[in-house]
Amino acid sequence: MAAETELTPTSYIEHHLTYLTTQVSEGSFWVLHVDTLVTSIVLGIISLGFIWLIVRRATSGVPSKSQAFVELAVEFIDNEVKNTFHGNRHVLVAPMALTIFVWVLMMNAMDILPIDIMAWITENVLGAHNWKIVPTTDVNTTFALALSVWFLMIFFNIKVKGLGGWMHELFCTPFGKNPFFWILNLLFNFIEYVSKPLSHSLRLFGNIYAGEIIFLLLGMWAATGVSGTIFGAILGAGWAIFHILIVTLQAFIFMMLTVVYISMAHESH
Amino acid sequence: MNINFTLISQAIAFSVFIWFTVKYVWPPLLRAIEERQKTIADGLAAGERGRHELELASQRSSEVLKEAKQRASEIVAQAEKRASEIVEEAKRTAKEEGDRIIVGAKADIEHEMFGAKEVLRQHVAQLAIAGAAKILRREVDAKVHADMLSSIGEDLK
Repeated sequence: MAAETELTPTSYIEHHLTYLTTQVSEGSFWVLHVDTLVTSIVLGIISLGFIWLIVRRATSGVPSKSQAFVELAVEFIDNEVKNTFHGNRHVLVAPMALTIFVWVLMMNAMDILPIDIMAWITENVLGAHNWKIVPTTDVNTTFALALSVWFLMIFFNIKVKGLGGWMHELFCTPFGKNPFFWILNLLFNFIEYVSKPLSHSLRLFGNIYAGEIIFLLLGMWAATGVSGTIFGAILGAGWAIFHILIVTLQAFIFMMLTVVYISMAHESH
Repeated sequence: MNINFTLISQAIAFSVFIWFTVKYVWPPLLRAIEERQKTIADGLAAGERGRHELELASQRSSEVLKEAKQRASEIVAQAEKRASEIVEEAKRTAKEEGDRIIVGAKADIEHEMFGAKEVLRQHVAQLAIAGAAKILRREVDAKVHADMLSSIGEDLK
């Protein structure tokens, strides 16, 4: 922020919502959000690496405290998956749910870090003027996850029911086999298949993005004077505490929706 | 809100993380958890078995104890019976022995008495003969009256 000549509310918010981008090729699509990508990968490596380090020397005897902690998380997720998914969950679904929960939780949790302190650190340590530290406020991240799940869903639909079975389901549910309803069924299924990844990704994005905007507004308030600083600090603390719930809840919801979508792809109607 | 290449790179990162979890994180932990569950289940079963065995053993021990008590009381009863038998026998033996001693003593006494009587009789006879001899010294010829004197002596015997 020191580089900015004039500090207005607009420039403040714009600064915090601007990505560090790099152009990988010609065209507006071939832009890469370096901050989103690097932060998310670093977070993934830290969290999954931490779990891996503990799991690598996991014992079936009396577990260490860290192993007990990891087992607690894993068994919690495993139970949730077991209640929803009735195939062999250990092949893909349960580990994927663990990955999503841990990774999304870590990415969401970046939201709680004080936004301007982190901006100062990224500017002065990394030398990047713009660096968004919350990867899930980037719609690309949430869409990447949701679309990956969506493709897996279609993959399992075809794998479990066969291409014909899936087509049959697309045309004959939810209203019945009658050819009269085929178009209507297809339309309904089309809407469902479009709305699934949209709601899946935008729910997470919206919640975390809104949380970040609130932090920005409180930060702006803090810049207005002493009383603004005091109230901004108090409300910011309150919002951060409340955000612990939102961060965890959204990560959990995202994981559960993934499991539900994959399970639905396994069940024929 | 601009979709761009970040989406594809994030999807790649996502799939790599999933692959990593599926391959390296999930199986060892699952194995450890399942092994521990098995150990715990085995332990519980063993505990249950041990409890059952303890119950059986205590039942058996109480049976053995009861049997031993019964046996002990039988032995004591037998011993008492045997002791009273021994006492009875000893009494009987003692009585017989006493009777025998008494009979022997009586026989001895009789024998002695008989001997004493004999001696006394001989003395009396001699005295009588001596007295008679003194009285009849002059009148009686020992040779003439020898038959009479000897018959008197015979009677006195």
